[in-house]
Amino acid sequence: MSDSLELNLSTGHAPDLVRSALADVEDIHGERMSLQMGPQHPATHGVLRLELETDGEMVVKATPHIGYLHRCFEKIAENMTWPQIIPYVDRLDYCASMNNALGFVLGCEKLFGIEVSERVQTIRVLVAEMNRVASHLVAVGTYGLDIGAWTPFLFLFQEREHLLDLFDELSGGRLLYNYIWIGGLAHDVPDGWLPKVRDFLKYMEPKIGELNTLLSFNKIFTERTGKVAVLPADLAIQYGVTGPNLRGSGVKWDIRKAEPYSGYETYDFEIPVGTGEFGIVGDCFDRYMVRVREMEQSLLIMKQAVERLEKLERDDVQAAIPKSFSKVPVGEIYFRTETPKGELGFYIVSDGKGKPNRLKCRAPSFTALSVLSRLAPGLLIADIVALVGSIDIVLGEVDR
Amino acid sequence: MNQSEIHNRLSKLFPSAGLVLEEIQPEPVCRIPREQLVEVSALLRDDPSLHFDCLMCLSAVEKGPELHTVYHLYSIRHHHRFTLRCIVAKEDAVMPSVSTIWPTAEWHEREAYDMMGIQFSGHPDHRRILCADDWEGHPLRKDYKSPESFHDIPLTNIFPPDLPL
Amino acid sequence: MTGIDLLLSVAFAVGVIGFVSVFALVAIYLERKVSAHMQDRLGPMETGGWHGWSQTVADTLKLLLKEDIIPTAADKPLFKLAPFIVFTGSFAAWAVIPFAANLIGADINIGVFYLVAVSSLGVIGILMAGWASNNKWALYGAMRAAAQMVSYEIPIGLSLLVPILLAESLSMKELVEVQAGGFWHWTIFSHLPFALIAFVIYFWASLAETNRTPFDIPEAESELVAGYHVEYSGMRFAMFFLAEYANMFVVSAVVTALFLGGWYAPIPWLDIPVETSVVGSAAIGAFWFSSKAMLLVVVQMWLRWTLPRLRVDQLMHICWKVFMPFSFVNILLLSLWVALCQ
Repeated sequence: MSDSLELNLSTGHAPDLVRSALADVEDIHGERMSLQMGPQHPATHGVLRLELETDGEMVVKATPHIGYLHRCFEKIAENMTWPQIIPYVDRLDYCASMNNALGFVLGCEKLFGIEVSERVQTIRVLVAEMNRVASHLVAVGTYGLDIGAWTPFLFLFQEREHLLDLFDELSGGRLLYNYIWIGGLAHDVPDGWLPKVRDFLKYMEPKIGELNTLLSFNKIFTERTGKVAVLPADLAIQYGVTGPNLRGSGVKWDIRKAEPYSGYETYDFEIPVGTGEFGIVGDCFDRYMVRVREMEQSLLIMKQAVERLEKLERDDVQAAIPKSFSKVPVGEIYFRTETPKGELGFYIVSDGKGKPNRLKCRAPSFTALSVLSRLAPGLLIADIVALVGSIDIVLGEVDR
Repeated sequence: MNQSEIHNRLSKLFPSAGLVLEEIQPEPVCRIPREQLVEVSALLRDDPSLHFDCLMCLSAVEKGPELHTVYHLYSIRHHHRFTLRCIVAKEDAVMPSVSTIWPTAEWHEREAYDMMGIQFSGHPDHRRILCADDWEGHPLRKDYKSPESFHDIPLTNIFPPDLPL
Repeated sequence: MTGIDLLLSVAFAVGVIGFVSVFALVAIYLERKVSAHMQDRLGPMETGGWHGWSQTVADTLKLLLKEDIIPTAADKPLFKLAPFIVFTGSFAAWAVIPFAANLIGADINIGVFYLVAVSSLGVIGILMAGWASNNKWALYGAMRAAAQMVSYEIPIGLSLLVPILLAESLSMKELVEVQAGGFWHWTIFSHLPFALIAFVIYFWASLAETNRTPFDIPEAESELVAGYHVEYSGMRFAMFFLAEYANMFVVSAVVTALFLGGWYAPIPWLDIPVETSVVGSAAIGAFWFSSKAMLLVVVQMWLRWTLPRLRVDQLMHICWKVFMPFSFVNILLLSLWVALCQ
C-alpha cells in the first residue's frame, strides 16, 4: 500500500511510468479486488459502470461498461421524418441541446443544398455559444463536486439558471428546445430578448474570475487535479478524443476554426489550450481550465453575435425551410460541429425518401470515454473520480 | 489534398488494390476491398503526405443484401479528409479490424458489431457494447424485430409499423 | 464515592446526553443555515415558516420513522453494535470537558490522557461498521478512516503536549485554571509562537479526526458514496450522525479548554467567581466555554463549505511530513525555552 502511494507521488501519474512500475510491484501485492463503480454512483455522472480492479487504493485496471441509457436513437431516426428527428437529437447531450441540433441541421442543410440567411446563422451562433457556456458551467461545477467542493457547484448552477431562463423565453423549453430547424429556426428572437442577453453578459464576466479564486486556483484543487491522469496529445488523437479534452492536451484544434460553419470564421475568438500550469500538459487541471477559458471566449462570441443581430434587419427566419421533406436529394455526408463535449459528427445517408436511410451519430463523449481504460492504470480511486469528471461525459450521448 | 488527389496517390502506391472513387454528393467515397483494408489504412496513417492520424467516425450501413463499413478519416496536420467504404455480403459479414491502426476504432467496431452484426477479425475485445451481452439480434438491421420480452421483462413494440409521413 | 457524588455523576451524564442531543439538533440546523448562506440557497428557509426552524425536527422524525435496514449478507451483531461504539467513544469524552470551574463531569488527574484514549475508541466502531456492512465501499471507507485517525492521533498528541508542558498538569481543570486573568493569559497568546503553532496543528488535525472537509476522505460522497456508513439507515445512521456532531464539539471544546482560556471570559471582570455565586459562576462559565467552542464549530462548517477534498496520499503526506516534524520541533524548542527561562 505505502509503495503504491509513493509510486503515485513520485511519478506524477504519467501512465507509462506507472505501468512499468506496476510490473515491478505486481509480485509483492498478490490479491486484487474487483470493485463496481456505478451504474449508481455519484461520480460517474449518470449511469456509467466502471469495473475497477484495485490493489489497495490503486486501480490496476478499469473497464467501462456502457449502454444503460441506450435507446437506439439511430433506429428511431430511421423511422422518423427529417424534421421529426431534431427533438431526438436534442436529447443526445441534454446539457447542450442547441449544439446537437445545430450539428444535425447543418448536416441536413448541406446534404439538401439549403442556404440560410445571415440573421438565422447569427442567431444560431448566439444560441450555440449560450448553450456552450451553460454546458461548461455544468461540467466545471460538477467537477468541483467530484473533487469535494460543494459550493462552486451551486454557484455555477445559479449562473446557468439565468441562461436557462433566457432559453425558456426564446424557445419555451429549459433543457430541450427544438428551436433550430432544417432551413431556419422555429421563430425569431422575441422583442426585448437581446438586451437581456446583454445584461447576462455584463453579469457573467466577473463571475469567471470569482470561480477562479474560489475553485480553480485553490491549492487543494490544483494538487488534486494537476499531474493526474495525463493524456498525451498523440494518444488523444489516436483515440479520437476531441474538443476541450484534446485542447487540454495542448493541441490547438477546434472545428469552429478548422472547418468553420455558420459563419464562425467571421467571429474573433481564441482557442484556449492546456499549458500544464500545475503539472504536465494534458492533466486533469488542463482539461478543466480549458473549459473555464472557453467560457470566456464564448462570452466574447455572444457579444459579437448580439451586436450583429441588433444591426441586422428582421427577416423571415423560416424562409428557407422546404415545403416538403418527402423528396430530398440522394447522397451521404459526414458533417461535424464543435459541441461543448467535442466533435459531434452525423453520418447521414439519404436515399431520397422522407426518412433517412441511415443516421450514425459520432458522439464525442463516446470516443473520449474509450481512452479511460488506457489512462486508469496506476491511478488512485480518488483520481478515477477526477479523471471521469475531467473528460466531461454525458451518458445520454455515450449510449444514444 | 482533396479526395481525388488522395485517391490518385493511393492508386499509385497500391495499383493492385482496385480502389474505386465513387462520385457521391456532396463528397466522394473511395471503395476498397476488405483484403486491402488494413494495409491501405496503415499507409494512410503513416505516409507523411497523407498522415491520417484521426479516424473521425466508423459507421456500419445496411444496403440491401450488403453491409458497408464507412471510415471517415481526417488529418489534423494537413487538414484534409478522406472516406473509405468497405463492402461485404450479409452472409459473410466479417471485416478486418483497424483498431491496431486507430485505437478509437475499438469501440466503434464493437458498436458496429452490436448494432449491425458485422464481425471484426483481430479485434482485441470483441463484445457487445450498448446492448446486454445476451441480447439477441442486431437492432439496426432493417429486418430486426423487437423481442416481445427480455429475461421475462415485457417489451412493447415502440415502432408503429406504418408511421405517417 | 459517596451516594451524593454518584447521584451527581449520574445527573451530569443524563445532562450531557440531553446537551449532546440538543447540541446536535442546533448544530445540524446551524450547518444547514451556514451552508445555505454560503451557497445562496433558499431551501432551509422553507420548513416550518420562520427561517425554516422545524427542518431539523422533521429530519429527526424522518430518521426515527425510517425502516432499519440490515443487509442480508452483513455480519449482524457487529453491524448492530458499531454505531453505538462510535457514539460511546465521542460521548465518553464529554466526561472531562470543563464547562465551568464547578461544572465538570469528572475532574480526573489524567483528563487529557483519558480524552485522547476514549476519542480513539471511535475508530474501532468505524472499522466494525465498514467490515460488518459487507460492502466494498464501506470497507474502503473504514480502512481510510482507520489509517487517517490513527495517523492523526500523533500530531494531536504532540500538539496537546504544549499546553500540558506549560501547565505541568494533565487535569483539564488545572489546564484551564493556569489561563485565568484575561485573554492575554490564554495559552495561545501567552506563549507565542509555540502555542499558536500547536493550536493550528491541533485544529487541522482534529478536522481529520472528526472526518470533516477537507479531510472527509472516509466518507467522500463523490468517491466512496458515503464510506463506512453507506449501508446504514434510520436510527443507526442517526447515531453516526450524532457522533460526528458530538465529536465536532468535543474537539472544539478541547481547543477551547487548552488554548483559548476555557470558561474564562476574555476580560476578567466579566467572570463571576465561584465564591460569589455557585450557580452564576457555572452559568457564566458554561456560556463563555460554549460560545468559544461554538465559534470553532462554525469555523469547521465554514471550511467544509469552502474547501475541496484532499486525496488519501496527500492526507498522509500532510500528517507525516508536515504536521509531525513541525510538532516535534515545536515541542523541542518549547522544552528548551521552558528549561532555560523558567
